[in-house]
Amino acid sequence: MLDTLRRRRDRADVLRFLQVGGVYVATALILAFNLFFTPNFATLANLRLQLVQVAPVAIVAIGMALVIATEGIDLSVGSTMAISAALLPLYIGYGVWPAIAVALVAGVAVGAVNGSLVAFAGMQPIIATLGVLVAGRGLALVFANGRLTELFDPTLDALGNESVLGVPISVLLVVTVAAIAGVVVRRAAFGRQLVAVGGNRAAANLAGLPVKRTLVAVYVVSGVLAAAAGVLSTARQGASDPSFVGLLIELSAITAVVVGGTPLSGGRVRILGTLTGALLMQLITATVIQQNLPDSTARMIQAAIIVAAVYVQRGRSRA
Amino acid sequence: MTTTPEVVAAPARRHLTTRGRRWRPDRAGAPIVLALVLIGGTLVFGDSFASAQNFGNIALDSSYLLLIATGMTLVILSGGIDLSVGSLLALAGVLTAYGARWGSIAAVVLPLLVCAAFGLANGLLIARARIAPFIVTLAALLFARGLAFAVADEGNTVYIIPADLTLTRLGQARWLGLHAPVWLALLAFAVGVVILNRTRFGQAVFAVGDNQEAAELMGLPVARVRLLVYVASAVLAGVAGVLVAAQTQSGLPTIGEGRELEAIAAVVIGGTLLSGGAGSLSGTLAGVLLLKVIQNLINQVGTLTAYYQQVVSGTFLIVVVLIQSRLARRRLR
Repeated sequence: MLDTLRRRRDRADVLRFLQVGGVYVATALILAFNLFFTPNFATLANLRLQLVQVAPVAIVAIGMALVIATEGIDLSVGSTMAISAALLPLYIGYGVWPAIAVALVAGVAVGAVNGSLVAFAGMQPIIATLGVLVAGRGLALVFANGRLTELFDPTLDALGNESVLGVPISVLLVVTVAAIAGVVVRRAAFGRQLVAVGGNRAAANLAGLPVKRTLVAVYVVSGVLAAAAGVLSTARQGASDPSFVGLLIELSAITAVVVGGTPLSGGRVRILGTLTGALLMQLITATVIQQNLPDSTARMIQAAIIVAAVYVQRGRSRA
Repeated sequence: MTTTPEVVAAPARRHLTTRGRRWRPDRAGAPIVLALVLIGGTLVFGDSFASAQNFGNIALDSSYLLLIATGMTLVILSGGIDLSVGSLLALAGVLTAYGARWGSIAAVVLPLLVCAAFGLANGLLIARARIAPFIVTLAALLFARGLAFAVADEGNTVYIIPADLTLTRLGQARWLGLHAPVWLALLAFAVGVVILNRTRFGQAVFAVGDNQEAAELMGLPVARVRLLVYVASAVLAGVAGVLVAAQTQSGLPTIGEGRELEAIAAVVIGGTLLSGGAGSLSGTLAGVLLLKVIQNLINQVGTLTAYYQQVVSGTFLIVVVLIQSRLARRRLR
């Protein structure tokens, strides 16, 4: 009797461990696999490359995690990246920093539109941000006249391709954003509010929380982060390419968030898990490529991992 | 919807039919706007817009979307969402072209079977394992796209469908001035309307989407209903893929990206609530036509680039949904 109880508790413990730590275990496993089986994996250059490549998705995913914590979703992030990328060459004549500022302000604007539609007009987040996804990509192409523009700016180039103390600037940016987001979520009133809004909107309302303001703010944060990711991608490529930058990144970001242990039903957010989720997906692609397997295999493995990750989290997200 | 003399499952049915018969301005938005857009387009552009040939083009363009949106309407009415249809369209196209080497029947059966399997997997994971539809079909989106690329040798091989194949001839045929895909889409739509409004399964779809617990307590086969809508959606996406392949005589793994979002937009513009339980297929038809007519009109304006098409479509989606929610709220007061 006691024995079966204990065994049952052990099983529950294993399940809980998988729910919380599954993404870390999976990432550790794939790292270990690569250390043993992939030649030239554990080189500084390769590790740096993986981190630089994951940077834009990671930044977008942090914003997405905050939005999903409020029981929302932001499909417009890829289009916001495109708008930000399209604006850079138009304003770079005034200097690189004003151009970046304009791009980020555009991110604020897109986020404010999303947030207002969700908070004040009461639209479902998926519809509001779907409309902005479609319109935003079109707007970016209108701004850029549909063309790719090469940018030769030393500061922008440094932002995309240089390192400080051996760490790429884009990676430093990700770490900074993640650290701020982590502190905000755990310590700041705003972080508490957004989790409360996602957990139970009616209760948050009754408790006198500024629900609408919180919703607008969280979409603005997501918009700014997407715009920053757009700047980063443009800087790394040395070209503004509004037709392709950020295409389908909303799916990668949502995947990273969900695999990282943040339930789509809101009320909970994991920043470190989200970062690890993004890294895991990047490592899967990298591993598959370095093992000389076709890219399509990577997509199919990713699909399986999404389902597996959410399946083990299922019990918790329903509670 | 009209009342039926049948007494079985009377409570659910009465509830639904009275709701269906009442005049709903928030649901009739899309047909009204469509009529206005058609009149406006004719007045402004005259014969270059309102010609049989242009309407035929719009119909052909709409047919693939109508097929996908019909399945999507079922899924959304049941309270779910299906993100995998765009990828399934591509996969079906590639498999059609791949299977064409064994003849027309293989070229049709192979993709439809594979799509049905995808729908079954989606449905099982959603209805039995109770994973969120958004996640399951997102994974299916990735998997189907990956499989399409794998079959097409990472996009390096383009399988060609011979012109003398029965499938090609049927797929490119025209009856009464309309292309074959248009007739097929209309057929699927009509079957969908009958199933949704005249069968017990259709009423169960509404009931499950409206309130799943209540539907369970009423003894409806909730899990089976939720499973079947995903199978229907996947198979319809497969049919669209087969038709695209027959039209273009090839299967490309890159097509259909973003089609799931277009279909969701059409369904929502048609007045179906994303939360499930309320909406109609006729609204979806209006939504599909509205999106495609507007795209066509923007192409008529020579000075506007195609990029404005996206700007207008996106803004339009938001505006229509805003108006609908305003009207719905006023009605509730």
